[in-house]
Amino acid sequence: MAAAAAGPGPGSGPGDSPEGPEAEAPERRRKAHGMLKIYYGLSEGETAGRPPGSDPLDPTDLNGAHFDPEVYLDKLRRECPLAQLMDSETDMVRQIRALDSDMQTLVYENYNKFISATDTIRKMKNDFRKMEDEMDRLATNMAVITDFSARISATLQDRHERITKLAGVHALLRKLQFLFELPSRLTKCVELGAYGQAVRYQGRARAVLQQYQHLPSFRAIQDDCQVITARLAQQLRQRFRCGPGTLTHPAGVPGLPVAVRLPHPPHPEFCQPALHRHLPPRREGGSGAPEQAECVELLLALGEPAEELCDEFLAHARGRLEAELRSLEAELGPSPPAPDVLEFTDHGGSGFVGGLCQVASAYQELFAAQGPAGAEKLAAFARELGGRYFALVERRLAQEQGSGDNSLLVRALDRFHRRLRAPGALLAAAGLAEAATEIVERVARERLGHHLQGLRAAFLGCLTDVRQALAAPRLAGKEGPGLAELLANVASSILSHIKASLAAVHLFTAKEVSFSNKPYFRGEFCSQGVREGLIVGFIRSMCQTAQSFCDSPGEKGGATPPALLLLLSRLCLDYETATISYVLTLTDEQFLVQDQSPVTPVSTLCAEARETARRLLTHYVKVQGLVISQMLRKSVETRDWLSTLEPRNVRAVMKRVVEDTTAIDVQVGLLYEEGVRKAQSSDSSKRTFSVYSSSRQQGRYAPSYTPSAPMDTNLLSNIQKLFSERIDVFSPVEFNKVSVLTGIIKISLKTLLECVRLRTFGRFGLQQVQVDCHFLQLYLWRFVADEELVHLLLDEVVASAALRCPDPVPMEPSVVEVICERG
Amino acid sequence: MEDDAPVIYGLEFQARALTPQTAETDAIRFLVGTQSLKYDNQIHIIDFDDENNIINKNVLLHQVGEIWHISTSPADRGVLATCYNKPSDSKVLTCAAVWRMPKELEPGSHESPDDSSSTAHTLELLCHLDNTAHGSMACVTWEPTGDGKKVISLADNHILLWDLQESSSQAVLASSASLEGKGQLKFTSGRWSPHHTGTQVATANDTTIRGWDTRSMSQIYCIENAHGQLVRDLDFNPNRQYYLASCGDDCKVKFWDTRNVTEPVKTLEEHSHWSQEPPQDSVIATYEEHEDSVYAVDWSSADPWLFASLSYDGRLVINRVPRALKYHILL
Repeated sequence: MAAAAAGPGPGSGPGDSPEGPEAEAPERRRKAHGMLKIYYGLSEGETAGRPPGSDPLDPTDLNGAHFDPEVYLDKLRRECPLAQLMDSETDMVRQIRALDSDMQTLVYENYNKFISATDTIRKMKNDFRKMEDEMDRLATNMAVITDFSARISATLQDRHERITKLAGVHALLRKLQFLFELPSRLTKCVELGAYGQAVRYQGRARAVLQQYQHLPSFRAIQDDCQVITARLAQQLRQRFRCGPGTLTHPAGVPGLPVAVRLPHPPHPEFCQPALHRHLPPRREGGSGAPEQAECVELLLALGEPAEELCDEFLAHARGRLEAELRSLEAELGPSPPAPDVLEFTDHGGSGFVGGLCQVASAYQELFAAQGPAGAEKLAAFARELGGRYFALVERRLAQEQGSGDNSLLVRALDRFHRRLRAPGALLAAAGLAEAATEIVERVARERLGHHLQGLRAAFLGCLTDVRQALAAPRLAGKEGPGLAELLANVASSILSHIKASLAAVHLFTAKEVSFSNKPYFRGEFCSQGVREGLIVGFIRSMCQTAQSFCDSPGEKGGATPPALLLLLSRLCLDYETATISYVLTLTDEQFLVQDQSPVTPVSTLCAEARETARRLLTHYVKVQGLVISQMLRKSVETRDWLSTLEPRNVRAVMKRVVEDTTAIDVQVGLLYEEGVRKAQSSDSSKRTFSVYSSSRQQGRYAPSYTPSAPMDTNLLSNIQKLFSERIDVFSPVEFNKVSVLTGIIKISLKTLLECVRLRTFGRFGLQQVQVDCHFLQLYLWRFVADEELVHLLLDEVVASAALRCPDPVPMEPSVVEVICERG
Repeated sequence: MEDDAPVIYGLEFQARALTPQTAETDAIRFLVGTQSLKYDNQIHIIDFDDENNIINKNVLLHQVGEIWHISTSPADRGVLATCYNKPSDSKVLTCAAVWRMPKELEPGSHESPDDSSSTAHTLELLCHLDNTAHGSMACVTWEPTGDGKKVISLADNHILLWDLQESSSQAVLASSASLEGKGQLKFTSGRWSPHHTGTQVATANDTTIRGWDTRSMSQIYCIENAHGQLVRDLDFNPNRQYYLASCGDDCKVKFWDTRNVTEPVKTLEEHSHWSQEPPQDSVIATYEEHEDSVYAVDWSSADPWLFASLSYDGRLVINRVPRALKYHILL
């Protein structure tokens, strides 16, 4: 630091800091900082840049900023022994001397430098004086030069102006030349088919010609040009109309062929940027559409009315698209090798929909300036043709109605729907995508209906099979071909049909299918369509079909075999207990229903199935009951009870009744559980029963034989009735074997009672009834829930016979028993 | 509604024959014929006093046998016909006869005191419908709109048209027809249609219903297999001329249109008898459900909202159509 060496600043003593005066301000600041830090109790050691241990505030530090000689001396005096004091004094003196000598040296050195500098300055003064003179001379010279230059400029001025003018004339002449040459150029272009170039030229010159048309020569050019342009336009139109291929030239379009380029490149200022716009890249496959677009573009540039061009463009596009439609229609036709539906929608997608896309995008590109009216025209166009396309597609899809394969159909629909998304986005106003979605939905609905029909048909088929199996000739002694087996067959067959249908319609909601995320397929299709329409609908129709067997007039041929009633009843009951909830759970799992619309709860459906099962079983009871009733009725009606002989045997019809009842018991037992009997019957053996019953009989109608007043008879029978429970012949049937058999036997015995009451019996007639009833009692009790019921009914039969007998002499119970045991 | 409560009348004997007194249009009167093999049978004439809910009865002795069917003349209130079993040792033959009840029991001559109920009157026999050649009589039905001179009776497989002459004292067989076929054909029931100026009769045999023209005694229509089992009874709708109701052992009631008999117009299951349509009062249940079987139900000829039903144990119940239902039908 030269400054520090040259002269120490004010206040800097021998103990001053080695830092220069410019460091004083920060030093002071640091001091202030230090005080603040002391105040805040922060350690001074944290201050950066200081060697640890040296306290800058230490007044005893010789080199410190806060050095205080008094304190320092005090400290020395207090702390140091004399010897050390002495040492420090000598040391101090030595240091002071060294410093003094250093200072002297510096002063001397600087003094010399001052002297030499003064010399130098004096020399410079002289030199500058010389230079001033030269500069003056230079100034005069420059003035002379300026003067000369001005004079030259003045002489050249005139010539320069003339050159500029000449250049302008040259440019104008070039333009004029272009104009004069224009007709021939245009003609040439037209001849060569370089329509683009011609249009570009024409466009460039049009404004000029328009402006100067009052000049005859320009007028002539303009007229020529107009004629040529008209021709050009005509040719373009013709080409436009005739479609591609008729007027193509080797050079092709749209790039201008090099060969046609004219010698003079067009003047840049004529170039209109609009004409350099490139047509959008065309998609492959659209035969001639780009050329069309080119033509339209050129015609537009020629100033042809855009609206007319719109119409013509669309008319032409219509022609092509209609051709596509016709080819599609031909595929529909009756010709036998019709392509499958997937192929059909592919053709439609690539041919028609692709074409429509091209037309739409080209139209929008070309006629964007037409505004909403133009867009509306296009939308109407697309709507109309789209409608026809949809009609064709629907006709084709309708042909698929009968087919059982959903996968192809779904794929075809997927393609169809997917292809229409592009034009749908392009032409939102035409509503194509919506219409397509609607078609898909409609088809989906129809498929659901189809599957429902299929399920119904399958169910009816199962029933026919069962009927055939039931009607098939049986092996002797075998009761039917295993009703349980038939039931299992029917149940599993229906279930597998249901599953197949579910799987088939599930294809509609597969993730990869483009329409599966439509609201219909996410909501309504799953809940209302599949769950309600298909599954619930089928189960309901199954119940209805089954119930219809109860309603059908059984007497008019084609009577339902009772076994079928029984089987259907069990089937419906199985549905109630398990199958319905299983199938619905399966459906809900496969079709995650997001729709909130109400669906039929499982319980309702189960209740319907149970009701069906109950009605079928009741009907079974009725039918079987009537069969046995008929036998009993005929047997009572056709006999002459007055003149009958003393009974020796049980009548054959009673044995038949017991046999048939046993057969029914076996049949019902195949499908239904045993059921509950009243406890008493479980331990009553045949022997005890007969004793019991005969003793009862004795007690029961003994009073009838003793002559008594008519009032008594009536009273007695009424009193008897008071104590016996009323028998409900058509009481509801429960789902078990015993209940079914009880119902059948009740109906049969009630009929027997009614028939007996219509006849008059002789003594032996009464005895025969007695024998028959005892026989029935012996064999029928085991089938019913409450054997008391059989007793009551049979007792009443015998009692009624006794009342209808003018000469009632009953047979000895023991004899009755013997006859019955003989069989 | 206390008024709606049925009125019950008990008979000492079993009974299955019931008829309203057809010629009577003012008083509510039913006739019941009893069935007893051992005692003298009776005909009970039961008057129902609508306003006071009281029943008056008169008993006529019918000594010739138990009564299976009873019907009254539409013209003469004192004349009635019965089908009865003639007791015989070896054979039961059902005969039919036309009777006149004693003058004092005829309606209008109500001077008969209450004690008349205790004394039994005897019927005056007017004539027999001679059936010796034809077999057991199943029923007798009068020409509903006529002057009480024409009677149809059904005997086994014959349908007989009788002309009652000289104030019913002589029965002349006017014409007859018979069923021919396999087996024992037997008429069970017959009704004379109130329409077509009394030219149509419907009969039932086994499961078949047939219609006859009384002028020519030829068959007009035939409903084969009308019911799955035996047809028990028939009736015509008094308001709609082609409608016929039938009931059978298959527990069905069917309604037929006699112009088109291939299909029933309507079929009711559940119950069994031949009244027109209203569901019957729950106190007397139907054919199958009653304590003892109900064999006869008939509408009163005087009050269209009142009917009587008779069960085998001799209990006659007079019912009204519940008022609410009545208004429902009327309005």
